[in-house]
Amino acid sequence: MIENVNRTQELQDRIRAAASDRQMLSIIGGNSKAFYGNPVKQHNTAVIETRIHQGITSYEPSELVLTARAGTPLAEIEALLAENGQMLPFEPPHFAEHTTFGGAIAAGLSGSRRPFSGAVRDFVLGCRIINGKGEIMQFGGQVMKNVAGYDVSRLMAAAMGTLGLLLEVSVKVLPLPQTESTQVLACDRQQALKKMQQLNQGTLPVSAMLYENEKLYIRLSGAGSAVAAAEKTLAGETLIHADNFWQQINNQQHPFFQTDKPLWRLSLPFTAEPVIDEPHLVDWAGAQYWLHSERAADEIRAQAQQFHGHATLFRDPVNHYPGEERFSELQPGIKQLHLQLKMRFDPQGIFNYGRLYSWL
Amino acid sequence: MTTATKHDRQQLYQQLKQLLPAEAVLETEEQTRPYESDGLTAYQQRPWLVLLPETIEQVQAILILCNHEGVPVVARGAGTGLSGGALPLANGVLLSLAKFNRIRHIDPANRSAVVEPGVRNLAISEAAAEYNLYYAPDPSSQIACTIGGNVAENAGGVHCLKYGLTVHNILELKIITIDGQVLTIGSQALDAPGYDLLALMTGSEGMLGVIVEITVRLLPKPPLARVILAAFDNIEKAGNAVAAIIAEGIIPAGLEMMDRLAIKAAEDYAHAGYPLDAEAILLCELDGTSEEVEDQIKQVQQLLKDKGATSLRTSENEADRLKIWQGRKAAFPAVGRISPDYYCMDGTIPRHQLAMVLKKISELSQEYGLAVANVFHAGDGNLHPLILYDANNPGELDQTEEFGGKILELCVKAGGTITGEHGVGREKIDQMCVQFASPELQLFHDIKHSFDPSELLNPGKAVPTLHRCAELGGMHVHDGLLSHPGLERF
Repeated sequence: MIENVNRTQELQDRIRAAASDRQMLSIIGGNSKAFYGNPVKQHNTAVIETRIHQGITSYEPSELVLTARAGTPLAEIEALLAENGQMLPFEPPHFAEHTTFGGAIAAGLSGSRRPFSGAVRDFVLGCRIINGKGEIMQFGGQVMKNVAGYDVSRLMAAAMGTLGLLLEVSVKVLPLPQTESTQVLACDRQQALKKMQQLNQGTLPVSAMLYENEKLYIRLSGAGSAVAAAEKTLAGETLIHADNFWQQINNQQHPFFQTDKPLWRLSLPFTAEPVIDEPHLVDWAGAQYWLHSERAADEIRAQAQQFHGHATLFRDPVNHYPGEERFSELQPGIKQLHLQLKMRFDPQGIFNYGRLYSWL
Repeated sequence: MTTATKHDRQQLYQQLKQLLPAEAVLETEEQTRPYESDGLTAYQQRPWLVLLPETIEQVQAILILCNHEGVPVVARGAGTGLSGGALPLANGVLLSLAKFNRIRHIDPANRSAVVEPGVRNLAISEAAAEYNLYYAPDPSSQIACTIGGNVAENAGGVHCLKYGLTVHNILELKIITIDGQVLTIGSQALDAPGYDLLALMTGSEGMLGVIVEITVRLLPKPPLARVILAAFDNIEKAGNAVAAIIAEGIIPAGLEMMDRLAIKAAEDYAHAGYPLDAEAILLCELDGTSEEVEDQIKQVQQLLKDKGATSLRTSENEADRLKIWQGRKAAFPAVGRISPDYYCMDGTIPRHQLAMVLKKISELSQEYGLAVANVFHAGDGNLHPLILYDANNPGELDQTEEFGGKILELCVKAGGTITGEHGVGREKIDQMCVQFASPELQLFHDIKHSFDPSELLNPGKAVPTLHRCAELGGMHVHDGLLSHPGLERF
């Protein structure tokens, strides 16, 4: 049972006080993604926790919309949705038991279903935030089509808490597929990439495609009859405990992720096919590469850039890249816009200073 | 706002002629008259000058000059918008992107296409058809509207519930800022580092930058689509049927509702075979693999019967499917035939509020003595009441606008929004004061200033000044509280 605790006033008071004292704040939900992004600058930084601000404030299954406070445990939201035959289509990862809803939105990470269903930002409909001046603001709403005002709600997804503290977020949810099945085909990477591109242009009800260790995993989702027909077409081997497999991939508990080596994430067009000699896993139907590498950061970033994509230093447990920006550098004009927006949302720069970029 | 003088205009005209070919600068009355309004013809304003650049360098040069001279710039695609977003300014230039009309590249393996902003929405799907791909968002003006305008307005269509809006179907934009910089927003991959500026640009109504190139996502064409036409003797029953379909775990490709007046107008015009004795009809389209569609058709037919449908008709082939859709797609022009003028509203509401909202609209209709035909994107709650009026009757347009404003306020009260897909533009600027409080509106201005510090791009649209809201404040008192209590009132 999810506790219903509204701490809006307390959070607002803390932020107002911090703004007037120029006290830096590090926003923490379940603290399951502390490794992600740059470390927040430690000097003069206090922690502000959202975990106690929790509760699902509205959920109407037939409207396909759920609204919850940022500190609500993600697992509990997913359990309630599952009871009603629904899901968060962006499949946010749980890197620890206490992952919160707000953290999932702020980090903007999406699972294997992403190329087929959409990312976190695609499902955000509205939000309430506290800005850096301590003002409560509300954007978007609980309806799927809304073009009144700039789309500030989606801007919050993946902003890593640098623009404001999320109080409450409304998301679109979708029905769980009636049937799911994962087919495994044995093949090398080249064959796998070709197959993924081919299926990507086709009409089989595919909801995930992943290549790892000489195997291509294809998840099918939809009506029982459609999945059965697609299974026949693919003629692979049916993976048992498939849910478990995809969960382990999303939560990075799969053996591929069990190492102390730095982990890079490359986001590329479907057809990129980069030459990589190091251990890697291809997800998102060819559009996301997970890579264990100790190569020079510039070299890895240049490789992603070559395909008009980008590279993120996702985990660096042994600090192999001291001081390295975690996210790819921005075009100067875009960087300028980031600084401008940050200044407008958070004029004193109190929220998560340095987390997204060392200069932001 | 700066006051235009004859001298300024003449000077600007001379300077622009240095930058652009002679035929790209329109200045006479007969040349500029066609640009005096967009799809919302109730508002008209002849622009100072109309510019028709055809290269990125020319757009850069225009913006640099206008920025330097402090001249406002209104960008325009095909001018099909319904909120006056491309309404010109008396002292500004109208920047038409019509000559940016090339599809640069289709990449079937990446399921994407790089297009210029003046390419028509439907032309993208036509060009992608040879790869069995298409561009999903399909606003009803898709035959004429341009993709640049679609991005500026975050256009929707009848397939949004399943396939999303423009914001869900684009990957990358090239924009030019007011100071002439070319910026790449988004990426060729599925995401980009940093803030989601792609979301911020989409639906920004030409206020933040001029879009000169768009990479759109394409989707494989579903092998099969079938539509069910269901009639109901009561609009509430039709609403309950919609909820029941969604609750069953089915996401139809399209789910549209029309009320009695809209049905009659559409049937008289398109002869789609709509039942004229129905109070409401639902069109429910299912697409996907043939196995999936056949399964779901059976499920939905049963559900509709259970929910009290008085008759059902299911398309048996593609021609039949298109015929059933024809009535819905022609609904606006059809209403245009039964009334000298009509005013199309665009609110979105949580679906369960439908019965309440329609009842109130009907009461307001009585009160104002103006008939309303309702067309509803039922799947996503986007309501298009069409108010029938005659602009030749003195005062009737004012009455219509007031009535329309009340409908939008009703949508906000029901937990919805004043615009689902048409944008705020000039038309709904006052209702923005109802939807948002001062801090949010201030932030919108701040966002604009981050991109356009001198407020030269489409000024006076989309976001009202706080003073404008304060002056309207008397109209918008909710629960005994003023909407903008922090503001001085005069």
